[in-house]
Amino acid sequence: MATDNTSNQKELRDQEWRRELKKSVSAKDRTNIVRVKMPEVDPQERIKSNVEVNSGITAEMAVVEAKRCLDCPDPECIKGCPVGVDIPGFIKCIEAGEFLKAAAAIKKNNVFPSVCGRVCPQEIQCEARCIYTTKLKKEPVAIGYLERFAADYENHSGHISVPEITQRNHVKVAVIGSGPAGLAAAGDLVKYGYDVTVFEALHEFGGVLKYGIPEFRLPNQIIDLEINNLKRMGVTFVKNIIAGRTLTFDDLRQDGFRAFFVGSGAGLPNFMNIPGENFNGVLSSNEYLTRVNLMGAAKKDHDTPVFFGKRVAVIGGGNTAMDSVRTAKRLGAEKAMIIYRRSFTEMPARKEEIRHAQEEGIEFLNLHNPLEYYADEKGHVNRIKLQRMELSDPDASGRRKPVAIPGSEFIIEADLVIVAIGVSPNPLIPQSMPDLHVSKYGTIEVDSEKMESNVSGMFAGGDIVRGGATVILAMGDGRRAAKGIHEYLSRQ
Amino acid sequence: MSRILLKEYLSPNVVQIEIEAPLIARKRKAGHFVIVKIGTEGERIPLTIAKADIDKGSITLIVQKVGVTSHKLASLNVGDEVTDVVGPLGNPTHIEKVGTVLCAGGGVGIAPLLPIVEALHDAGNKVISILAARNKDLLILENEIRSHSDEVIIMTDDGSYGTKGLVTVGMEEVFKNQKIDFCVTIGPAIMMKFTSLVSKKYNVPTMASLNAIMVDGTGMCGACRVSVGGKIKFVCVDGPEFNAFDVDFDELLMRLGGYKNEEEQHYREQLSK
Ligand SMILES: Cc1cc2nc3c(=O)[nH]c(=O)nc-3n(C[C@H](O)[C@H](O)[C@H](O)COP(=O)(O)OP(=O)(O)OC[C@H]3O[C@@H](n4cnc5c(N)ncnc54)[C@H](O)[C@@H]3O)c2cc1C
Ligand SMILES: Cc1cc2nc3c(=O)[nH]c(=O)nc-3n(C[C@H](O)[C@H](O)[C@H](O)COP(=O)(O)OP(=O)(O)OC[C@H]3O[C@@H](n4cnc5c(N)ncnc54)[C@H](O)[C@@H]3O)c2cc1C
Ligand code: SF4
Ligand code: SF4
Ligand code: FES
Repeated sequence: MATDNTSNQKELRDQEWRRELKKSVSAKDRTNIVRVKMPEVDPQERIKSNVEVNSGITAEMAVVEAKRCLDCPDPECIKGCPVGVDIPGFIKCIEAGEFLKAAAAIKKNNVFPSVCGRVCPQEIQCEARCIYTTKLKKEPVAIGYLERFAADYENHSGHISVPEITQRNHVKVAVIGSGPAGLAAAGDLVKYGYDVTVFEALHEFGGVLKYGIPEFRLPNQIIDLEINNLKRMGVTFVKNIIAGRTLTFDDLRQDGFRAFFVGSGAGLPNFMNIPGENFNGVLSSNEYLTRVNLMGAAKKDHDTPVFFGKRVAVIGGGNTAMDSVRTAKRLGAEKAMIIYRRSFTEMPARKEEIRHAQEEGIEFLNLHNPLEYYADEKGHVNRIKLQRMELSDPDASGRRKPVAIPGSEFIIEADLVIVAIGVSPNPLIPQSMPDLHVSKYGTIEVDSEKMESNVSGMFAGGDIVRGGATVILAMGDGRRAAKGIHEYLSRQ
Repeated sequence: MSRILLKEYLSPNVVQIEIEAPLIARKRKAGHFVIVKIGTEGERIPLTIAKADIDKGSITLIVQKVGVTSHKLASLNVGDEVTDVVGPLGNPTHIEKVGTVLCAGGGVGIAPLLPIVEALHDAGNKVISILAARNKDLLILENEIRSHSDEVIIMTDDGSYGTKGLVTVGMEEVFKNQKIDFCVTIGPAIMMKFTSLVSKKYNVPTMASLNAIMVDGTGMCGACRVSVGGKIKFVCVDGPEFNAFDVDFDELLMRLGGYKNEEEQHYREQLSK
């Protein structure tokens, strides 16, 4: 995807205004600017509600930060972005004060910049490849903050560019699942002129963006806005439909759907299979976050219950673990802990989330692993047996494995345990389609370019293919699949 | 949104409602359930599809009033809408001609039993049904079960109807007197625990349909997990029916009480409104 755009990006960079802008400030002055700090709500304040932690940078801050970008002739940052956003292109629009143009420039490659600007792990993607990181040994240009700024600016401007779709071809395409993969696919398919219907199993749209990632990191209103834009573009959304069950693929074909994109996500939570794991008060992060985020369990008038733990232990070190432990803190936990078998260095969670968690008073029991849970007479968890771990010397692949330290077991108290050790692909669709090729991990097998499965007209992407990845990768898949579907249907 | 077409009380606490759900009606098989949610603040609860009418495009649910959501559902009237209905979920019952089948249903468990009795009978099995309730007023669906059974035994705890005694007493009688090839048991977890002990004693393969607490019903949360044969299974995607001899019923019972305090408090708050 990035390669299609390189010549175009070069052309854009050679435009008169870009060259003028570049000359207007010396490279030295640019590199002397200190990276912008994201304004954040005070930790003591934010743990009392679901308020978004990062408040967003102002226009003035954005313009200054944009000046840091050197508009590199061969911008490595773009290669770090899974969808090849023209990073210097949009940043220079910000420097020039053309915020709406900046948003439009991002949207050429990334349909939901307000989401990605917030949740992309920039520190290992675009920002990791920025020349500031790689050569200048300084903090990278705040690409994510700028992306979010441009997107939010556009959303608040009242001038959201909703592409007008003139050429409708009345060919029906079904999108299964309304997570980032499905939404991105729907957005492109409708632009190609297809008659697109998104089918969602749950009673709300957005997938993990809604039921997983909490409001303090990604407000629901942002996702709803993107979904409304898709509706305005003509995408039909239908909830409470389980593809393969309520409607089988044969039904959908009979209803005239000529191609399918499956973005059904990785749903099935993993457990460790240790004694006591089925006691009450031990739940998967999916259950916990779904109760709180999708079902509103912590709100007074909502019917779904949730445990308000006082001493909460979250097992795992990924984003899901951080989101769970920070949610528990907001629901009144006096002690909220992460229990992770490796050290901070290996933690897969975003660096920002770990820092935010630390600021909020989350305790980290790194290099610890649970062995067993104990419960009170009613079967509710009350204690955990933990074991201390150490990291082995790096093996051939450079990985340091956690190894148990014999005799190091000890017991801690906990009245809520949240298991966040990963998910497996949702089996519902493969179960309902015996011909579909599925890997031994349960992921749908597709060719990596067009995202086409072995079943004619059936494409897939996102976590159901990758088995747990990122929002931007899911979106990238959705867009590639949309292109694949367009080629497939044009051939017919 | 699914409109309510018919509503009828089967007993003081059990209501039968027929709702519009044409897509689900077409796909539903014995053993399937739906997830229902009422209002934007509602919770998602699983309910078995007791009957379906493809021509009318409707499904019938039979609900026992136990807490907030079942009460909310029972308080809706013909013409009202059920906010969200999704399904069919779970694996359909494996229906086969095996010979003589004993179907034991307790309380509102008779509702999920009905489509299974019907399917087993249609498949050519001899069906003996035992229906158990605390008293005569609480017994539901007797006529429907009768029309698909070769023999029906009624047991009430207080003897107000049929034979006095627990369902297990009736089962022992049957097992002693004739050869049973297969047994199905559906009811409160405590009942299924004891019925499967009886059938185990007589070595009759037995299937139980578990009523775990659920959230999504699609395999996403793990709230519905139970231990079956020492392994974690998710009732919504691996079940709801399992070999009763492998199910850890004590664990199921414990997990069913998991949110008891929270549910009861919320129930009292809702009542006082
Ligand atoms: C708590 C949490 C935090 C995360 N944080 C980050 C982060 O900070 N940054 C990041 O990049 N990534 C993060 N991720 C990962 C990211 O959210 C996922 O990689 C991404 O959402 C995958 O998108 P998807 O579209 O493939 O699937 P999903 O978002 O899982 O959406 C799939 C949708 O399909 C629906 N569905 C499933 N089966 C069917 C069916 N048969 N019929 C109809 N609908 C169906 C599901 O209900 C769901 O709505 C996080 C994940 C979690 C759980
Ligand atoms: C696959 C499946 C099929 C089912 N089919 C039917 C059906 O056809 N008709 C019917 O009436 N019920 C059925 N149930 C049970 C039904 O889902 C529960 O009664 C319902 O969730 C209770 O919701 P509530 O809000 O009214 O009560 P709550 O307030 O949630 O609970 C009230 C009390 O009941 C207990 N409880 C909660 N959930 C369950 C449960 N799943 N089973 C037993 N006790 C529970 C609680 O601990 C509490 O003490 C089924 C359950 C499953 C899993
Ligand atoms: S989409 Fe993500 S990786 Fe790409 S530029 Fe934006 S923040 Fe960086
Ligand atoms: S590498 Fe950094 S400085 Fe260079 S263009 Fe990209 S963001 Fe700007
Ligand atoms: S109800 Fe959530 S996994 Fe079964």
